[in-house]
Amino acid sequence: MWLFLAGKFLRLLTLLVAVCVFSFLLLEFSPIDPVRAYVGADMLKVGPEQWAKIAEYWGLDRPLPERFMRWSAAVLRGDLGVSMIFRRPVLEVIGERSLASLALMLTAWTFSGVFGFALGALAGMKQGTWTDRVIKWYCLTLASTPLFWLALLMLLTFAVWLGWFPVGLGVPAGVPAHEVTFADRLRHLLLPALTLSIAGVAGVALHTRQKLVEVLQSDYVLFARARGESGLQLFRRHGWRNIALPVTTLQFASFSELFGGSVLAEQVFSYPGLGQAAVQAGLRGDVPLLLGVVIFSALFVFSGNLAAELLYRLIDPRLRLKSACCKQGGYL
Amino acid sequence: MKHQEAITPLLEVSDLSISFTQYTGGLRQKTIRAIVNLSVNVKPGEVLAIVGASGSGKSLLAHAIIGILPGNASVAGKMVYAGEPLTPARQAALRGREIALVPQSVNFLNPLMRVGAQVRSSALNGNDAAVQREIFTRYHLAAGTEQLFPFQLSGGMARRVLVATAAAGGAQLIIADEPTPGLHPAIVRETLAHLRELSTAGRAVMLITHDIIAALETADRIAVFYAGATVETAPVTDFRSEGELLRHPYSKALWQALPQNGFRPVPGCQPSLDDLSCGCLFAPRCPMASPHCLTAEPALRSLRGGEAKCHHAA
Amino acid sequence: MNSVKTLSLSCRNPNRRRLNRRQRTLVVVALAAAYLLLLLGGGLLLGEEGLSTNLTRRNMPPSLSYPLGTDWLGRDMLARTVQGLSLSFAVGLAAAGTSAFIALVLGLTSALGGKRLDTVITWLVDLFLAVPHLVLIILIAFVFGGGITGVIAGVTFTHWPALTRLLRAEVLQLRSAEFVLVSRRLGRSRWWVATRHLLPHLKPQFLVGLILLFPHAILHEAAVTFLGFGLSPHRPAIGVILSESMHYLSAGSWWLAFFPGLALLTMVRAFDVLGDNLRLLFNPRSAQE
Repeated sequence: MWLFLAGKFLRLLTLLVAVCVFSFLLLEFSPIDPVRAYVGADMLKVGPEQWAKIAEYWGLDRPLPERFMRWSAAVLRGDLGVSMIFRRPVLEVIGERSLASLALMLTAWTFSGVFGFALGALAGMKQGTWTDRVIKWYCLTLASTPLFWLALLMLLTFAVWLGWFPVGLGVPAGVPAHEVTFADRLRHLLLPALTLSIAGVAGVALHTRQKLVEVLQSDYVLFARARGESGLQLFRRHGWRNIALPVTTLQFASFSELFGGSVLAEQVFSYPGLGQAAVQAGLRGDVPLLLGVVIFSALFVFSGNLAAELLYRLIDPRLRLKSACCKQGGYL
Repeated sequence: MKHQEAITPLLEVSDLSISFTQYTGGLRQKTIRAIVNLSVNVKPGEVLAIVGASGSGKSLLAHAIIGILPGNASVAGKMVYAGEPLTPARQAALRGREIALVPQSVNFLNPLMRVGAQVRSSALNGNDAAVQREIFTRYHLAAGTEQLFPFQLSGGMARRVLVATAAAGGAQLIIADEPTPGLHPAIVRETLAHLRELSTAGRAVMLITHDIIAALETADRIAVFYAGATVETAPVTDFRSEGELLRHPYSKALWQALPQNGFRPVPGCQPSLDDLSCGCLFAPRCPMASPHCLTAEPALRSLRGGEAKCHHAA
Repeated sequence: MNSVKTLSLSCRNPNRRRLNRRQRTLVVVALAAAYLLLLLGGGLLLGEEGLSTNLTRRNMPPSLSYPLGTDWLGRDMLARTVQGLSLSFAVGLAAAGTSAFIALVLGLTSALGGKRLDTVITWLVDLFLAVPHLVLIILIAFVFGGGITGVIAGVTFTHWPALTRLLRAEVLQLRSAEFVLVSRRLGRSRWWVATRHLLPHLKPQFLVGLILLFPHAILHEAAVTFLGFGLSPHRPAIGVILSESMHYLSAGSWWLAFFPGLALLTMVRAFDVLGDNLRLLFNPRSAQE
C-alpha cells in the first residue's frame, strides 16, 4: 500500500512539473506582451525607459531557462508571484477564492451524486418502461445543455422574476466583511450550487443507469431471478452493492468537469471563486495568477483521480483480499 | 426406483418450442429455432438426465421451466407442474421455492457478497443461518467457508456451495444445469452423489449435461437431446452391450461412439440453429432414413417402457 | 403456457412486415443530419439583411413577425440566432475535425510505432487530461492571442486526448487479431497492413468518435466565447449573443437569453442523436437489443 502511495506521489510531482514547464513554454511563445497587458490603457503615457524598467522588475529581460529556474525556485518556496489584477500575492488570492469555489463544488458534487444515483437506479431497474424513457430523455437533454445557459435561466427565474435569491456575488453588496453571516453566504451560494447540481445529475444518472443495466444482465442476477428475487429486493441485494463502487469512483473522477462547470457558474452569478479568477487572468493577461490557477486545478483533478483509485483498492474485496492473501504467502 | 411408470410426473413438458429473433448484417432479421417440439417429464424421487452435445440449447430448457428466458424469446407449448399448468405467474411464485436451479459456475454468484449470505437467501423456512450451517456441515464445508467470497472458493468447495443453494430451500424439483463442466473426476463424482442424495430424499432432479458417462452413473432415466428436441427417453439399464435395446438411431449411434464401445463416429454434424427445414432433423445422417423422413416430423411415441421420436423406431 | 409473442413457426423463413429497429435508427440518423444541414445552410442563406439594426423595433418580445423577438438594436433574433449557430457549427467543425485528425495520427502512432513512442504519447495524453478542459482552453486561447484563432486552437487542443485513447485501444486490440498476424507473416509491409486491414476497421469507430466530438467542441466553443474570449463583433457566435443578453436580463428581455440557448441545445442534441444512432448501426452487438 505504501509503495502504491509513494508511486502516486511521484507521479503527481512529475505531472505538476510537466504542467509547469508546458504552461511556461506556452506563455513564452504567446504573442501577448505581459508588460503591455499590465500597463493596459495607460500605454501611451508610459515611455520606453519606463517599459524597460517594468520588464526588468519582472525579470522579463532574462533568458528563458533562467526565468524558469527563478520561477520554479520561487514556487517551491511557496511564492507563486504577485497577481497583476489584484495586486496581491497569487497564493493569497488563490487561497481565498479556492475556499469559495470548493464550497460551491462540494455542495454541487454531493447533491448531484445522491440525486443522480437515485434517478439512475430508478431508470435502470425499470429499464424499457416509460419511467426509464422519461429519465433518459431528461438526462440526455440536460447533458447537451450549455451550462451557462442553464445558469442564465436559473438567474432569470429565481433571482430576477421570483426574487428569491440574490442576483449574484458571494456576499451581500455594501455590507462590511465582519457583518456577513453564514446564512448570507449560504444564500449567495445556493443558486450557483443548484445550477451545478442540476447539470451534474444528468451525467451521474446516465452512468448509474448504464452500470445497473450491465449488472442486471449479468449471470449472477439471472441466477438471483431464478431464485425468485425481483424488484426492490433484487436491487437491495445485488443492484446497489455492485454499482456503488463504480459509480462513486466515477464521481471522483469527474472533478475535471466539475471545475469547468464551476468556472461558468461563477461567471454568470459573479461568484468570487477560482473560476472567475481564471477567466479574469486569461482575459487581462495576468500570467502569474493564470499559472497559479492551472497548477491548482491540476492538483484538484489529480486528487479526485487518486481518491477514485484508492477507493477501489480499499473497498473491492477482490482487490483487497487478493493482496492480503499474497502477502501472507510471502510472494511479495 | 424400478416402478417409475406408476408414479405421476412432477413436471411434464409437452411440445415446447422456443425461438429467437436476431439481426443479421445490415437491416435484416432472422429467426432461430432453439427448441422444437420438445417433450419430457420428471418424476419425484428420480434423476432424469438430459444428454446432448454442447451448445444444443439444453440450458434454454432449464430457463424456460423456471421462466427466465430473455426478452426476445418466443415460447409455445405446454408445461404442467404437480398437475397444474405452469403459467408465468405460477413460475414467479414457484421459482426458488419449489423449483430450484443449480448453476454452472461461481460466475452465477454475486462476487461482492459472502457465500454464506447467498446460500441463506435460499432458505425459506426457519432460521436461515441454521439451515445454511447444517447444509455446509453436511457437505463437509469448513466452518469459515460462509465468510468467504466466491472468488476465494476452490473448485470442489464451489461445487458444494452451488448445490447447497438449491438444497437449502427445500425445493421439490431441482434442475442442475451442467453442474460438472470440465472438472476433476473426484469432484464430479462427489457433486453427482449430492444430486443422487437429493433424489433419494424424494425430490425430482433434472440433470442437464453433455457428460454421458456421468449421466449413466447417476441417472435413472436418460433423455437424449438432438437438434432442439428429445429424440429418445430410456431407462438407464437400456444403455448396455451394443445398445440394441435403445430405440432411436441417434441414441444407438451415440452409445456406439463411446470409446469403450467401439469408438464408431456418425458422419455429419448437428444442424445449425437457423436450419428451419421440415421433417426429421436427424434424417440427413440417419442410416434408416427414408424419403418420408425428410418431409414429415415424427411424433414422440411410447415404446417398450420408453419414448422415441422416429418413424422407424421399434 | 408462457409466450412473449406468439408467432407461427413455419418451416420456411417467416417474414417481418413491421419497420424493425434497424430501419428506425436509419430514419433517425437521416432526420438528424437533415436538421444540422438546414442550420448550416440557413446561416449562409440569411446573409446580412437579417442583422440590420432598426431602432424603431427595439426590444420586442416574440411575435408573429419576429418569432424570437428583437434585441436592443432592433435586430431580428431569429436571424442572429441562426447565424450564430452556423458560426458555432463552422468553428466546431474546424476544431473537431483538426482534433480528430490529431487523434487519428497520434492514436495510430502510439499503437503501431513502438514502445517508446507509445509511452511518450500516453504520457502526453495524461498531461492534457490533468488540467480541466475549460482552464486549459483559457490558457491556450490566451497564448494564441485570444481572438477567434485562440478559441479554435483552444478547443482543438483539448479534445484530442479522449479520442486518441479510444483509437489506440482499438488499434492495439486489432493488432493482435489473427488476420493481422497472418498478414504480417505472409510478408506484408506495415504500411500495407495499416491501410488495408486496420483503417477499414477503424473507420466506423473514428466516424462515430468524430461526430460525438462535435457537441463537446461546440459547447466548449460557446462557453469560451461566452466568457469573453474570441470576441468578434461582426458575426457573433452564440456565446457572445448569450453573454450580451446577460446585461438585459434584469430589464426583463428574457427572450434574448432563452431562444439562442435553446437553439444551441437542439443543435448539440442533434449531433448526439446522430452519433449515438450511427454507433448503434455500426456495432452489431448492441443492435441485438
